[in-house]
Amino acid sequence: MIRFTNVSKTFGTKENVVKAVQDVSLEVKKGEIFGVIGFSGAGKSTLLRLVNLLERPTSGEIIVNDKRIDALSQKELRQLRSRIGMIFQSFNLFSSRTVYGNIAYPLKLAGWSKAKLDQRVKEMLRFVGLEDKATKYPESLSGGQKQRVGIARALATSPDILICDEATSALDPETTEEILQLLLKVNKEYNITIMLITHEMHVIKRVCNRVAVMEDGRVIEEGQVFNVFTKPQNETTKNFIRSVQNDQLSSHLLEKLQESKRGKLYRIIYKEGVSNQPILSKISKKYQVDFNILYGNISELQERLFGSLIVEFIGEEVEVSKVIKELEKIVELKEVHYAS
Amino acid sequence: MQVDWATFWPRIIEATGETILMVILTLIFATILGLVIGLLLFVTRKGNILENRWIFYFLNLLINIIRPIPFIIFLVAISPFTRMIMGTTIGTAAAVLPMTIAAAFAVARIVENNLVSIDPGIIEAAQAMGASPLRIIFTVLIPEALGPLILGITFITVGLIDFSAMAGTVGGGGLGDLAMTYGYQRFDTSVMIVTVVILILLVQIAQFLGNMLSRFFLRR
Ligand SMILES: Nc1ncnc2c1ncn2[C@@H]1O[C@H](COP(=O)(O)OP(=O)(O)OP(=O)(O)O)[C@@H](O)[C@H]1O
Ligand SMILES: [Mg+2]
Repeated sequence: MIRFTNVSKTFGTKENVVKAVQDVSLEVKKGEIFGVIGFSGAGKSTLLRLVNLLERPTSGEIIVNDKRIDALSQKELRQLRSRIGMIFQSFNLFSSRTVYGNIAYPLKLAGWSKAKLDQRVKEMLRFVGLEDKATKYPESLSGGQKQRVGIARALATSPDILICDEATSALDPETTEEILQLLLKVNKEYNITIMLITHEMHVIKRVCNRVAVMEDGRVIEEGQVFNVFTKPQNETTKNFIRSVQNDQLSSHLLEKLQESKRGKLYRIIYKEGVSNQPILSKISKKYQVDFNILYGNISELQERLFGSLIVEFIGEEVEVSKVIKELEKIVELKEVHYAS
Repeated sequence: MQVDWATFWPRIIEATGETILMVILTLIFATILGLVIGLLLFVTRKGNILENRWIFYFLNLLINIIRPIPFIIFLVAISPFTRMIMGTTIGTAAAVLPMTIAAAFAVARIVENNLVSIDPGIIEAAQAMGASPLRIIFTVLIPEALGPLILGITFITVGLIDFSAMAGTVGGGGLGDLAMTYGYQRFDTSVMIVTVVILILLVQIAQFLGNMLSRFFLRR
């Protein structure tokens, strides 16, 4: 559990002040995957680094596992840090140590006996699927393999919390997917609370339960990923969602449709549970209206279906409006205007 | 004037031994001292694990004052100090002190430079795992910088052979002394050549050993 209450972090001198984090209050609940998204410079890394006090807050209160952390002594702080695993965009592996040595490092810090340590390192190697790389040095590994080592190293001491600073930003899409799968596995099998930051909405969509959107050091929107996706409040949030859920028709296509104008265009927004029923064809048939799906984007989000279709209804105007009325009872509908 | 080679060879062997002794002793002391100063300089830097403005400025200033002084002048300048500590300014042992001081500051800079080039993210990762500053110094900083550090120290060693020859000319013994008395003052070219060849050989050996060691630690 991580709780920020009115936390601010300011960098710099009197003349040149950078308010990296401003009055942030949020809670990451035990066992959930919480994502923070924002553009470069929004203050995401700073916020994350406050969790294990790599950065000290200028004001406000941070509570981790029921303990106020900014009042900890050096020794208590080191203890706390061993309960929080951290992974990084650039992996930050020790280049002078083998894969085995990297994973063993936090265990040595914690004073594990040789036999127990060996057993645990092997267990972690198996968990991330790198048994055959134990004696290799990091420089001979691929990006995805390096991040696996990073994850194994971060989890070696069985922490309760894993914090991830852009853990997939240096990876290609396929490797990103592998690492995200691994994070999901970490969360499920070990019930580890994960707080991750990213600038890719795709990452949020893929693994997070809840999300906070950051801009200029502030959290401007927060909630269940599904709710934020279906009812975004801020322009920045909408932009992020558009980056993964492109359901805008190009103006070029709209123009072409206008030329051959036949019927009205509607965007049908699907929410949970309805998109596996043939509502569109059922209702249209009933009123003898033709429909034509121009564009569609339905995907899975948090194990629910979500997305929208752009549909053209062709038929008597009265009948079309009846269809719309009936559909509106089940799904959300918005008319799309040609001239834009 | 012709050299009597029968009595001269033992002198050469003795002088070579003195040079090697001077260099090795200096190397040991200067490496230890330089490592301590270099590490202190690094960890007390702004934003680093044991940030301390005063220690940093003091050490930095000290290095910047001592390093630019030409060794031969430094040697003479600190001779009162050498006499105070060692009781004399003549002989191999007395030469080791100024050599160690001069070399230690050079080693310190090399240590610092190699530490600066370590990715700060690696240090941060260790901190995030709960490693103490001392722990980070010994288990992260030194191992991560070891390969290039050995190359740097090899470079210093080659310089030390040079220093030892200079120290020799002001009574420090060794090959420099020999080259001075026979080669320079008595214009005996053959002695000069032998000394130069031996010095070149020593440099080659030092460089070879250094390269080998650093390759081992760089694992490349
Ligand atoms: N140690 C520091 N000293 C001074 N300013 C800092 C420091 N760390 C961060 N900042 C500033 O704080 C602001 C937020 O930085 P932060 O790294 O948290 O952003 P971010 O959202 O993680 O961005 P990115 O996606 O580029 O990593 C930036 O303006 C940055 O320049
Ligand atoms: Mg960042």
